[in-house]
Amino acid sequence: MKRHLLSAADLTREDAELVLQTADEMRSLADRPIKKLPALRGRTVVNLFFEDSTRTRISFEAAAKRLSADVINFSAKGSSLSKGESLKDTALTLEAMGADAVVIRHGASGAPHRLAHSGWVRSSVVNAGDGTHEHPTQALLDAFTMWRHLGPRNGGTLDGQRIAIVGDVLHSRVARSNALLLQTLGAEVTLVSPPTLFPVGVETWGVETSYDLDAVIPKADAVMMLRVQRERMNGGFFPTAREYSRRYGLDGRRMATLQDHTIVMHPGPMVRGMEITADVADSQRSVIVEQVTNGVAVRMAVLYLLLGGSEPAGSLAEPVETPGDHS
Amino acid sequence: MCAQPAPATPTTDGSRTVLDARDISRALTRISHEILERNRGAADLVLLGIPSRGVPLAQRIAERMASVEGVHVPVGSLDVTMYRDDLRLKPARTLMPTDIPSGGIDGKTVVLVDDVLYSGRTIRAALDALTEVGRPKAVQLAVLVDRGHRELPIRADFVGKNLPTSLAERVRVSLEALDGVDSVAILETIKETGR
Repeated sequence: MKRHLLSAADLTREDAELVLQTADEMRSLADRPIKKLPALRGRTVVNLFFEDSTRTRISFEAAAKRLSADVINFSAKGSSLSKGESLKDTALTLEAMGADAVVIRHGASGAPHRLAHSGWVRSSVVNAGDGTHEHPTQALLDAFTMWRHLGPRNGGTLDGQRIAIVGDVLHSRVARSNALLLQTLGAEVTLVSPPTLFPVGVETWGVETSYDLDAVIPKADAVMMLRVQRERMNGGFFPTAREYSRRYGLDGRRMATLQDHTIVMHPGPMVRGMEITADVADSQRSVIVEQVTNGVAVRMAVLYLLLGGSEPAGSLAEPVETPGDHS
Repeated sequence: MCAQPAPATPTTDGSRTVLDARDISRALTRISHEILERNRGAADLVLLGIPSRGVPLAQRIAERMASVEGVHVPVGSLDVTMYRDDLRLKPARTLMPTDIPSGGIDGKTVVLVDDVLYSGRTIRAALDALTEVGRPKAVQLAVLVDRGHRELPIRADFVGKNLPTSLAERVRVSLEALDGVDSVAILETIKETGR
């Protein structure tokens, strides 16, 4: 792995599989009486959130705390960030405090990249969502959830699995990160959306696209519904909410056309009745609550692999165990 | 230290084999009997192998116990990676599976199983890892090879073979389940590794 996790494209297949396997070990911790590991004792993780987020922030916070790291939460509301401090000055402050990792969410696409490559901080930077660009740990937790459910019947990989990502692709950093990561892992991704909600240049992503949900989902192994991000919309992307849900919402009738093993996912927060109906969200196929649990395990894995050793684990590191490596 | 000449068989890659498949088999059988004898049977025993080669060793000891006592002793694995004192000195290490048997370890006698006992640091890490899983009644240690050079006050309760080595040597354990062959070999090496 590189020193930062800024984009799902930074991960090689080897790195991504290492994260999934590590997350699998981290997940078993939830069944133990003491849900804590000593790996990051004495390390400081700063959660720097310029945008509101509840689940991502508490997920990172829980992950860092379970690895015994010290956590500092820094959110825009009620801090110097709302008083007009620049990203650079905030970064210098964090550096002076001795942060080992900065988890950043920012409304501007590319802010984590700027932070990582500006020379302002020496710490690892983890992108927790930047504008409409990327959200790599969400993609990793989605891939982990799919791998747990679909892997056992597919030789332990996602090779050739068909994943449908449905909804507001234009404003979705989750869709972009997922499209990149799932292809790295060998899955076939189809994006389904109204024509107005496809981003410019989607044809360069290497994924299939469709306007017709009913044609795509019977073949899918996993269906991921995206929230319509009305707070980012200031134009007429579709006539009415009702029309959107009829054409692109997942309801009981459409769910009945899925294959038996197909899982239904949603990165949250859901708008029940808009992109997904309550009966689907609460059905046996829905793994939406499990995604949250897996989110903590995946973020633990990422923090451990970035901060656990003298340098990040993965493709560039030396072999971990040689015969006779006893102590 | 004057190394006792072990019954050595020279091989092509410069290593000498000190235990072959039958030696390992006999050692495991003896260890199994010693564990049963020391604990007066297999009741309340749990075997935890330390990955990677401790795990198949623990399974083989459990199989022997089953054939002697007719009791199936729970077997699991305990990964100590995150408890190591040298975690920060190397790139982040890959985690290995931890699998605690469903009965847990509270009030049980846990026998840790590893292939080679050397500095004792792995076992120290294992003892730390164990306290976060539960509170065993007692912890014992079984190893296939004790090669000396302890850096901590730790000793094994059950030893397959005491193997005097120099610090320049490496001990290579190969097991059927992971390497396709059972053997213990000593390799001469100038480089200090894996401490």
